[in-house]
Parts: sequence; C-alpha cells; structure tokens
Amino acid sequence: MDTIFALASAPGKAGVSVLRVSGPKALPVAQAMCGPLPAPRHSAVRTLRRRDGSTLDQALVLTFTAPASFTGEDVAEFHLHGSPAVIAAVLDTLSMEDGLRQAEAGEFTRRALENNRLDLAQVEGLADLIDSETEAQRQQALRVLSGALGDQAEAWRRDLIRAAALIEATIDFADEDIPEDVMPEVRDLIQRTSVSLDREIAGTTIAERVRTGFEVAIIGAPNVGKSTLLNTLAGREAAITSEYAGTTRDVIEVRMDLGGLPVTLLDTAGLRETEDHVEKIGIGRALDRARLADLRVVLTEDGNVPAVELGPDDIVTRTKADLGGEGISSTTGKGIDDLVQRIRLILSRRAANAGIATRARHRVAMQRATGHLSAASALTELGPEAADICAEELRTAIRALDSLVGRVDVESLLDEIFSSFCIGK
Amino acid sequence: MEHDFDVIVIGGGHAGSEAAHASARLGARTGLVTLKRTGIGVMSCNPAIGGLGKGHLVREIDAMDGIMGRAADLAGIQFRLLNRRKGPAVQGPRAQADRKLYKQAVLSMTEQQPNLDIVEGEAVDFLMQGDRVCGVILDDGSQLRAKAVVLTTGTFLRGVIHIGDSRRAGGRMGDKPSVKLAERIDSFNLPLGRLKTGTPPRLDGRTIAWDKLESQPGDAEPVLFSFLSRGVSVRQVSCGITHTNAQTHEIIQANLARSAMYGGHIEGVGPRYCPSIEDKVVRFADKSSHQVFLEPEGLDDHTVYPNGISTSLPEDVQHDYVHSMIGLEQAVITQPGYAIEYDYVDPRALGAQLNVRDVPGLYLAGQINGTTGYEEAAAQGLVAGLNAALAACDADPVTFSRTTSYIGVMIDDLTTRGVTEPYRMFTSRAEFRLSLRADNADQRLTQVGIDIGCVGEERQARFKDKMERLEAGRAKLKERTYTPKELSPLGLKLSQDGARRSIYDLLALPDVSLASVLPLDATVADIDPEVAAQLERDALYANYVDRQQRDVDAMRRDELKEIPADFDYAVIDGLSNELKVKLSKARPVNLAQAARVDGMTPAALTLLLARLRKAARVKSA
Repeated sequence: MDTIFALASAPGKAGVSVLRVSGPKALPVAQAMCGPLPAPRHSAVRTLRRRDGSTLDQALVLTFTAPASFTGEDVAEFHLHGSPAVIAAVLDTLSMEDGLRQAEAGEFTRRALENNRLDLAQVEGLADLIDSETEAQRQQALRVLSGALGDQAEAWRRDLIRAAALIEATIDFADEDIPEDVMPEVRDLIQRTSVSLDREIAGTTIAERVRTGFEVAIIGAPNVGKSTLLNTLAGREAAITSEYAGTTRDVIEVRMDLGGLPVTLLDTAGLRETEDHVEKIGIGRALDRARLADLRVVLTEDGNVPAVELGPDDIVTRTKADLGGEGISSTTGKGIDDLVQRIRLILSRRAANAGIATRARHRVAMQRATGHLSAASALTELGPEAADICAEELRTAIRALDSLVGRVDVESLLDEIFSSFCIGK
Repeated sequence: MEHDFDVIVIGGGHAGSEAAHASARLGARTGLVTLKRTGIGVMSCNPAIGGLGKGHLVREIDAMDGIMGRAADLAGIQFRLLNRRKGPAVQGPRAQADRKLYKQAVLSMTEQQPNLDIVEGEAVDFLMQGDRVCGVILDDGSQLRAKAVVLTTGTFLRGVIHIGDSRRAGGRMGDKPSVKLAERIDSFNLPLGRLKTGTPPRLDGRTIAWDKLESQPGDAEPVLFSFLSRGVSVRQVSCGITHTNAQTHEIIQANLARSAMYGGHIEGVGPRYCPSIEDKVVRFADKSSHQVFLEPEGLDDHTVYPNGISTSLPEDVQHDYVHSMIGLEQAVITQPGYAIEYDYVDPRALGAQLNVRDVPGLYLAGQINGTTGYEEAAAQGLVAGLNAALAACDADPVTFSRTTSYIGVMIDDLTTRGVTEPYRMFTSRAEFRLSLRADNADQRLTQVGIDIGCVGEERQARFKDKMERLEAGRAKLKERTYTPKELSPLGLKLSQDGARRSIYDLLALPDVSLASVLPLDATVADIDPEVAAQLERDALYANYVDRQQRDVDAMRRDELKEIPADFDYAVIDGLSNELKVKLSKARPVNLAQAARVDGMTPAALTLLLARLRKAARVKSA
C-alpha cells in the first residue's frame, strides 16, 4: 500500500497551508523530516528538514494513528507557512521518499471509504459540504451526511417489496390456498410510495438549486437600470453601465450569497425591437435565460412591462425612484434592501421544500421508479392476467431505488462519485 | 490407474438418475450405484411432477435432453397448466404421475441408455487418494474406481423418522441408513445443517366417499413437459378436494403435545411453504379450514395421497383427524404420515458445478444439498452429472447463469446464499422471469446442450426444425410495418405517434393475437399453430425483455468482476463479522454473486469492491 500525500488546503498564498500524508510510511517519513513526533492527536512545532539536513520550514505538526484518522490509516499533517515556494519544496521532498506518491483526485476520501470511515452517501454529503459556500448549502450537506436519503429509500423499498411480495404470492401459490384479493393493498402501497417519491422529486430540484445556486434574472427594457442594480447588489462594477441603451449585449452572471442562499444574478440585454444583429442575439439569450431562471426581477421605468411570461413569484418593480415615485433607486439605495429581502424570502421559502435527495442522479432514479410505479398501478386494474407484468414493473421500480443507494451498479456509482472529487480532499 | 467408470453416481432417486443419464449422454462410462434396481425413479413423496417454477425446471432438464419430462409425460394421469389465466411467463406445467409407470419409465430409459450400467449394492465408503475421491467401496467389499463421484443420497445423513413420539433411524420409509459413508463424509468436515420434512398419511381410495367431494379434472388440452412428447400416454383421471374443518383443528390442537414437532423431538427446520397440518393449525389459527387435495397415486393403485395434511402426529390421532373430514369419514389409512429429520450439507461449500470445493472428485446433488422436490433434485443431478463427466474427460465445465435458466438461479441461490429451510423453486426467484419461460426452455438451453454434446440426434433434429420454423415465422411477422392509419381498422388502442409497427410489435399489446391481425395479412394464417402460439408468447414480452437486457448486461458485468479464490474477507476493515463469516462460507466467485449473499448491504458491497480494486491496483502496480 502506497503512502500518499497532497495539499489539503487551497493552493496559493495563505497564512497557513495544510499538507496531509496518509499511509503506512506517513509517521516514519514525518519523523525523518522533523525529528520526534508529537503524541497522536497532539500538535507540536517542528523544523522540517530535507534528508541532507537543510531547513524547509517551521511547521505545526499533527499526527493520527490508524484507524482513528480521516482515512483510517496513519496520518501526518504539516501546517506550513502558506507560500507556494514552501509548499513546492516540501512536496518535492516528500516525492523523493520511497513508497510515497502524490495522491490521486479524491484518493484520501476513497481510502476513508475503503476503510469504512465513510459510507457512500456520506461521501456525497462530504463533497457537498466541502463545496458549500452558503449557510443553506452547509445545512443541506449535513443532512445528506446523516444518511437520511438512504433511510428514506429503505422505507420505500420495504413498501414496494411488500407490494411485490403480495403479487408474487398470487403467482407462485396459485395451486395452493389462494390468498384473498391482494390488489387493494398493493394499490395502497404503490400509491403511498408514489406520493412520497413525487414529493421528494419536487424537493430534488430545489435541493439541487441549494447545491448549485438559484438563478435570478434581471430583465426589462433597455436603459432601465438593470446593470446598475446588478452592480449595486454585487458591490462592484460587474457590468458596464452607460446612458446608452443596449450597452449590455451578453448575459452577465454574478454569484453571490443572498442571506445564506447561493444566488447567481443574471444581467441581461434590454428587451426591445432592434435591427442590430448582435443586439438581437443578446435579446434572444436574455429571453432564454430569463425563462429558465428560478426567479425574474422585471425592472420598469414607466410601468410598462415587456411581454415576457411571468410566474406568480416574479417581481416587477419601478426603477429610478430617486427621480420620484415608488420603487428602487440604485443611486440612493432606496428600496434595494426591500428588494433583496423579497428575493430572499421567495427563495428561502422554496429552499425550505428542499428534499433529502440532492443530485440529478437521485432525481433520475426516483423518476424512473415513479414511472414504473404508475405503470404497475395501472396494471393492477387488469386483474390476474397482468400479474406477471405488474410484478415486473414493481421489480424494475425497486431496482431503480436500489441504484439510488448504490445496491446495484456499484462500480459506475463509485466512478461518478469519485470523478467529482478534486485532489487532496 | 485403471478406472471401472469415468463417473459413478450413488443413489437412484431423481437427482441420481438424472445425473447418471447426463453423464452417460456425454459419453462418459457411468455407473449408477443403487441399493436395488427397483428403487430407481421412485417418487417417495407426492405423486406429482412440475408446478410453478418446478415445471420450468422440468422443461429445462428436458431441453438438455434429460429424462424427467419424458418419464412424467409417459406416466402422467392428469395434466394441469397452472396459472393458465396469467401470462405465459408464470405458467407452470404440472402432472399427477402414476408412481409405478413413472418408475418403469425411468428404469427402462436407464436400462436402454448407452454407457450407463446399474450397479446394485450399498455404497459404504469412498475410495480415497489423498484428499481426492476416486471411487466407492460397496458393502460386499468390492471397489469401483472412477474419475468423479456424484453423491445423491437424499436424507440418509443421520435421517430420523418420527411418528408421534416414536422414532427410528432411517432414510425413506423402508430404506436402511448408511453409517460408514456418513462417517466418511463427517471426516471431510463439511458444514452441515439440519432440516425436516413431512409426509401425510396415505389413504385407501376405495374407502373414500368420492361422490361427496369436489372433483378437480385435468385440463381439456393437456400441456406436456417434454418438447418431444406429442400427447398423453395413458388414461386420465381427476383429483378430489376436501377441507379440514373446526373438528379437525380441534383434534390436532388437543394432541399437539404428542406431535414430534411440538413435543420437542424435532429440531430441524421445516419448509414454510409446505407446513405440516400441525403448523397450519397453530400458525394460521384464524383460518378455520384448509384445502386438501386427494391425489390418486396410480391407475391400478388405490392409494391416495392427501396433499396438504403432512404430519408427525401419532397414528391414532391421524386416524381421528382424517375421519373428521368430509368424504374421509370411513377412509382407511394404509401408511401413517411421518416426519423425517436429516442433515444436509451447506451448499455454500459447493462450486457452481456442484463440486465439493474441498474434496476434489466429489459432487453432491439433490436433497443432500438442502433442497426439496423431485424437480430441484433432478436439475441438480443434471448439473452435477454433466460436470462430473466433463471433468472426467478433462473438458471445460458447463455453468448455468441466472440470466438464462432457472437451473442457474437455483445453483446460484444454493451456492451463494445457502439455505435456511428446504429450498424449493418459485418463479419469483428468477429476476429475469419474463424471458425464462417454460415455453422457451428449448430456445434457451438446447443449443448449449448440443454444443457440449448431451443432446441426442432425435432432439437435435426436432430442435433445428423448430428453430427454423420459428425464425421464418418471426421474420414474416416482422417483415412489413404498418402506419397507425393502416392499423386503424383493427380498432386497437394505439398511441398516435406516427410510428410504424410490425405485426410482431402488435402482439405485445394486450388482447392482440395472430387471429386478430388476419385483416392485415391473411397469409399469417399459414404459420403452423405450434409456431404461431410460440411467436405470440415471445412477442408478448418483447418490450420487457429488451428492457431487461440492460439489467442482464449489468449482472453479466458484475459476473465478470471475479473474486480470487483465496480472497481474504477477514482483512476488510469495517465489514461486520457476521458478513465476513457469510462471505468466507459462500466464497462468491464474482461480484454479482457477492451481492446476493444473504445480509449483503450496499455499503458492504462497496467495501468489497473497493478492496477488489485495491487488490487489482496493487497487482498492476
């Protein structure tokens, strides 16, 4: 078994950079570099040296012994001064040691999995937690880490297996004392599971949004102040503004934390009839993105709203309120806080519906299951002639849920999970 | 070394005779060692062959040119296709068989089979060469050498018969227990378990008031087992049906303590799906009545087998409760019911060829592996016999996959999951049930049999001819496609998606038969009825079978992920001790099998896969 090492914190300059070494040679190598090691789970300041005795850095050194570590192996951590040169020199020194090599992407987590320090769902949760940028994302990732999805899938599976077992009984014991009509209970079980799955599927889209960010599109006529609003919210000049209509041509995205929710603001080209070819393309894009966005904020100067399909939550507000009247003003800041508050309320109300399934993979599996369940449900009406096919639909639904928790097709599941990991995590 | 035989099969029951025939069909010189010639092909329990799942097994045995289906067709006195109203995938052929005729059929086929000798005698020990079995020693001291031995001795390992509180050692009623052989098997230190099974009292049919009873006739158009059979051979009869009642249950309740089961004399586990009448009364106390089928044991035999009231109660109680039922008030019991308890070898000690992994040269098949039923036994006999013969000729083994046969499902279940009660086949055990049908067993397996050389000329010719006709018929039904508009005169509920459909596609719709598409193409009527019916069944599930193919492929992929024979489960951190033990016992040969080991969880499977990949990385590094 190789001993692996990698930078565990972000690359680049920093106050402190953490370098992690895991494997059977982690402790001997650490000792060779810094002399006597602190007791496990304790830290000590040590001078790191090359084999020739030359000094690398002064570092805080921590050790963990197997199996009580993140990977389940012996682990040494060096908290180095966060300079790219120091990091490079230490990495270089480690790579010269026999039996040591740079970790592959996700390899620390993979080892944690192999040594049963984490299970599959927790690995997904961990990936989310590491990627989380906002409070809502953090809470959601912790929910996944707790294994709630696996528990729910197990409950669905139990119900469906019960339903399948009822039908199977009528098939396999037809020549014996035939049970009374089982179909009402089968329909109940299917119905109950479908409803629960549908709820979870609806929540998945939201959960995915919490994970990847809500999109809020700012739309309106040219020169109504869309880019100015974006810049005000972003706190910087993300979009070029001018008094000339049609300044913004492409869609400009700004990612921000809106009261704990991850939000991507989209500034779009002003909507108007135009002969300008490039502007026309920009308006087409604006409309497409606005349609797909989670929320639209329509700005208007004169109360005229462009012909765009709006949802019940979408916000229409007057701009340039500094010139008088209701609405917002990016110049004076009037109404901006209220607008942000409104967006936040709408999105957090939606985020509250987030399910425990957070990934497209989960949603696809659940949708496949409900598809087969509705087929099965219809088949229960056809009586015994369709029992074989009905049972088949149920089995397929169960298999779809199995893939959710990784009971089948483990290999591809692992590949997918590990491909989304980057080195050193 | 001189060999008397290539393969010796011990035991002439359903597993033994099928094993001996399979081996001989492959051209191996085969010896069938049995206590007495007349014991070959005896039906020791109920006089019926087939049923749900079981009928599938018989068809598969037949597809490999085995004997059970043909013997049952010759001896069948009542044929019923179970689940006739349900889809063809869950229909199972079943027949009441005349015991005497069945036995005669098996014996005569055995006598006529080239390469197959019957050796009368008791096998008392194996000939050993190191840890390898290389023959048998008979009770007269003679030694028979062979390259492989198939042991099919049913319940003989520490078999104990219970009637109420009296008990005696024995195999089946009337057979003598073999002691030395049992000691030899003990010396192999194979993992053993204990099971029990029961039989009902046998009745004299002349003392049953048939006119008071509901009668269950066979099907008007009998569906036979063998793809070679063309019709029934003997007169057909009906079965009778009676029921237990409150009085029956009272009698049983009052005497529970005298039953071997409830009196604490039996420790073995009985089958949940075939409970004794004591079990039924106790466990389903809210049910006031149970069905009892009165099955004639033969055309010129008055014995009747009352299916549904197996028991280990004392004889006098059996008399009382039998007489409490309508139609049986005067019935004479010709042989009391009894329970038998026996040791079985944990089949997880076996490989996919039913070879004992730690004892080279030895194969086990039938009830000794923890199964119940003639069909399950015969199917194992087929697998063990074929592989013993293949091994004896240094040929590659033949394995049956879950994706192509019930035989494969059973062997895989047994060798990876083991058994906790006597194992019986059900259609629900087959995840690819819609494609593993009784009606297409030949399409699935006969070519495999031809390839390894166990299929005789007659069947080869019939099979080839049938396949050609099927292909021609299928091509005809697929050759033309029709627009929804062209199909509208048929009045079918079609989605108006503009897609063109062939007649074959249409057959997948409910209620569409070849007869109903005649307006489209009158020449469809030229397809001969047998082929037409088969095409209808094939087409019915075509969409599902295509969809299942993805799962079949996934399973095949996992089957390709092999686990080394010396893989050490003990070193996998995080695997529960219970699972470590189970995996070490089952020693799955690939990831697909490991996934089916009882108690396997997704997390555990991930650990195993991770460890396998780790091992592979170390190897390639």
